[in-house]
Amino acid sequence: MSDIVDLNLAELKKAIIDKDLSAKEATEAYLQAMERGAHLNCFISTTADKAIQMAKASDQRIESGNALPLDGIPIGVKDLFCTSGVLTTAGSKMLSNFVPEYESTVTEQLWRDGAVMLGKCNMDEFAMGSANTTSHFGSVENPWTARAEFERQLVPGGSSGGSAAAVSAGLALAATGSDTGGSIRQPASFCGIVGLKPSYGRCSRWGMVAFASSLDQAGPLTRTVQDAAILLTSMAGHDPKDSTSANVSVPNFELALTGDVKGMRVGVPKEYKLEGTPSEIEGLWEKGIEILKAAGASIVDVTLPHTKYALPTYYIIAPAEASSNLARYDGIRYGMRTEQEDLQDMYQKTRRDGFGEEVKRRILIGTYVLSAGYYDAYYLKAQRVRALIKQDFDEAFENVDVLLTPTAPSEAFAIDENDNDPIKMYLNDVFTVPASLAGLPAISIPGGLSNSGLPLGLQIIGKMFDEESVIKAGGVLEMATGSDMQAAGKE
Amino acid sequence: MTGFIEGRTGTWEVVIGLEVHAQVSSESKLFSGAATTFGAEPNTQVSLVDAAMPGMLPVINQYCVKQAIKTGLGINAKVNLKSVFDRKNYFYPDLPQGYQISQYKQPIIGEGKLTITTEEGEKEIGIERLHLEQDAGKSMHDQHPSKSYIDLNRSGVALMEIVSKPDMRSAEEVGAYIRKLRSIVRYLGTCDGNMQEGSLRCDVNVSVRRIGAELGTRCEIKNVNSIRFVQQAIDYEARRQVDLLENGDPIDQETRLFDASIGETRSMRSKEEAHDYRYFPDPDLLPLEFTQDYVNEIEAELPELPDIKRARFISEFELSAEDAGTLVEEKTTAEFYEILSNGRDKKLSANWMITELFGALNKSGLELNESKVDADAFGDLIDLISDGTISGRIAKDVFGEMFDTGKSASSIVEQKGLRQISDSGVLTVLIEAVLSENQDKVAEFKEGKDKLFGFFVGQVMKRSQGQANPKLVNELLKEKLSG
Amino acid sequence: MSLDKTMVQRVSQLARIEIAAAQLDNTAKELNNILDWIEQLNEVDTEGVEPLASVTGHALPQREDTVADGGYPEKVLKNAPDRQLEFFAVPKVVE
Repeated sequence: MSDIVDLNLAELKKAIIDKDLSAKEATEAYLQAMERGAHLNCFISTTADKAIQMAKASDQRIESGNALPLDGIPIGVKDLFCTSGVLTTAGSKMLSNFVPEYESTVTEQLWRDGAVMLGKCNMDEFAMGSANTTSHFGSVENPWTARAEFERQLVPGGSSGGSAAAVSAGLALAATGSDTGGSIRQPASFCGIVGLKPSYGRCSRWGMVAFASSLDQAGPLTRTVQDAAILLTSMAGHDPKDSTSANVSVPNFELALTGDVKGMRVGVPKEYKLEGTPSEIEGLWEKGIEILKAAGASIVDVTLPHTKYALPTYYIIAPAEASSNLARYDGIRYGMRTEQEDLQDMYQKTRRDGFGEEVKRRILIGTYVLSAGYYDAYYLKAQRVRALIKQDFDEAFENVDVLLTPTAPSEAFAIDENDNDPIKMYLNDVFTVPASLAGLPAISIPGGLSNSGLPLGLQIIGKMFDEESVIKAGGVLEMATGSDMQAAGKE
Repeated sequence: MTGFIEGRTGTWEVVIGLEVHAQVSSESKLFSGAATTFGAEPNTQVSLVDAAMPGMLPVINQYCVKQAIKTGLGINAKVNLKSVFDRKNYFYPDLPQGYQISQYKQPIIGEGKLTITTEEGEKEIGIERLHLEQDAGKSMHDQHPSKSYIDLNRSGVALMEIVSKPDMRSAEEVGAYIRKLRSIVRYLGTCDGNMQEGSLRCDVNVSVRRIGAELGTRCEIKNVNSIRFVQQAIDYEARRQVDLLENGDPIDQETRLFDASIGETRSMRSKEEAHDYRYFPDPDLLPLEFTQDYVNEIEAELPELPDIKRARFISEFELSAEDAGTLVEEKTTAEFYEILSNGRDKKLSANWMITELFGALNKSGLELNESKVDADAFGDLIDLISDGTISGRIAKDVFGEMFDTGKSASSIVEQKGLRQISDSGVLTVLIEAVLSENQDKVAEFKEGKDKLFGFFVGQVMKRSQGQANPKLVNELLKEKLSG
Repeated sequence: MSLDKTMVQRVSQLARIEIAAAQLDNTAKELNNILDWIEQLNEVDTEGVEPLASVTGHALPQREDTVADGGYPEKVLKNAPDRQLEFFAVPKVVE
């Protein structure tokens, strides 16, 4: 049934509504694909029985004429969304036995709209990573390894590596991810798919295992911009259980895909032109500029002066918040425990054993930058710089409607390439982190292939709560670059 | 205790500051919708948020914010229209999140003050700030040989932490401060002030110094839950510090516990390291903001507070400062008095309430709201005294029976025929009988033994089973004997 | 601002993550690497800049004071690594 998995979300939705195929058939096709693609290690848990059950319920509704917006759509769920009755690990040994009795708001809304859960996607531990190499459940293989005939295993990016690889490999029609500093966009770029990080506050964080509270956002990873728009419409919405959730109405994001960007002002920030960025990425960026220009947009040079400080700012704020958010993992109420006779020993050894190296590193950094004597120099300083970074965007957006940049500073790299060099790993997020710090919506579109035949992404950043412009511009880019991507084909 | 300690080498002054944790009288917790009632079965008042499950988030309780503002107004404090919630990070089993949501640099309420009255007179005690924070759960260390048991019912309950300036100088002042603060929050209804149930807990900061010297090193005595224990702890701790200093030893700045069974403070072992709480603004919340209009609305709804009421009782009702103070200490007492004295003699009402009613309540261990005699019923008794139906002497007996049985004053007076005899004719007959039976004494009186007048009055009263109107008896007897 | 072994020990104690004595130096090195890189923030002039409080700019939402949660002890205790009766159990704390 390889045809079924080739359909994108909008197409499958139509096929199911038109009763060309049943939700059950679609789900079964995906479950089989997951089996064939198991070696990629995209999933930590598979929920086959549940998926079939949900698909059958979708079919019943469709039969009785009560179809829901996402009925029968098989999706993967990043394993940091708490799913009731289903193992939720956040990629960590610490939660390797954790089955929540509650459902995250975002996934609740997806099931409310009829979507089908295929399984929980692999991810970097506690969302800390850019290559999905810190998961307790093993690394994920980028399907482009085989597609582009690479000898060494390529990483899918991270932290939503499992989600991105699954969508790219056709093991899931779409997947949810989370983006704190680039964790949806960068893997989307590495895997040649679409990844959308909405504005901060657009989607509820209730029930998402928290990494950095002021940055985390849920978002879709899909094959097309239209699919992302459809999924976001279901995922988004004000949640009174999340105090940081914005009380703004959710439009039908699909309607933003007018294909018309005439008169749209596209900013090109000069500070994103970095020394050392491969020329093919510069070339892709140029291509993107030309595409939008040809479509009637005007190109404006803008400056975001504090761009280069975004990464160090992020690597103070995110670990600081994480060090506090991860304090609850103490072996007392849930999760793993290393039994000891003394309480302090129990804390120390449980957390020594339950957390991986990268997580421990970030907790230590975070603890340090918040500690007495260092708070002002680090954390407070970082929050001031963050304010300046946001101000840069606010000022630029007085003259433009969206910004165009590359998504990642490289193509997907081999799995052992950035070993032992955390900073090199952090640099993967250089283009994605600034929008995270400012809370702005941003999308990554597959822009083309590198010389080695690997996907490269283009990023559109928009104003706060203006996902519509982001989707519109992204759609136009996709239309022009889509054929390049199609040519590469899938397995 | 005057507050000065005579040491071996001279006089020392005790300096005390108090941090009072007052549990907000709300239905649900500060950041979660779980219930707050005292004494529930373990872990039955715990939401997923309170248990700090992965992905859980705080949402603030509007009512708790209002109560904090009310309390701030009640202590004449500055209300900050913008305040921030910070995380106070540390590890302890009864702190599920691994941090407490509190307020650090920008609390909701700023500086304030309240007035206390002690034997030495009135004194103003400064208040540094009031902030909102989460309470922790409860750990029990005596249920199992090698384990401690954790109950999270209390985890997340709203507390107002009220920090005084180090303005107190004696255990007596501290007692007065706690009582005053307790009285204010009970008046406002923001906290029930029940120290036995832990609704009001005190951390006491004690230091000593030579008079006029810089502040000494202080020790904090945590979680003392009765005024008596607070005072005992202060007395012990001040002595301990003086003894150390007079021996040339330094005071270690530390946290201590008060052991009520032996009346001593001791060092808390588990808090031996200097704490680094790594406070930072809670990123799951936004700054708390409200308008001055909102504060003004709240202020307009405040009940009359004890100090104002007391001043009014003194100036308008001409009660003594002491009586006024007694009547206003509890809101329910003041309300009772106000109903009782409405349209009646203010002083008479006050005297009877304080002497007879409070006396009976104390003796029987009952609270005012448990009394069988309510304000209206008591008022009826006062009326019978005022209009001369019964004498004060008889009224005491009538009250006793009212208190025990709940019967009305009138019904008791009727049933027992206790009406005061004010009929001059009847009284004259009694007087003549007494005088004729005691002619020798009458003779002695006429010769100058004035004291015997009282004897005659007494006899008349006896003959009338106490029901003779004493004033009238006095008048008539005077007439009779002068002739 | 350089971390030495002692500081790492202190930080790991604050974070309750045990680090073997033999690894302290290495950890210090790793962390210093990152901290050195972060130092560049000092180049930015942040005089008079307020720290960012929120990106959304909306007011803190407040909820009604009603009991709408809790009352499910089984759910709360279900995942406990050590449950004793109706309590969470931990190695005994000595105070």
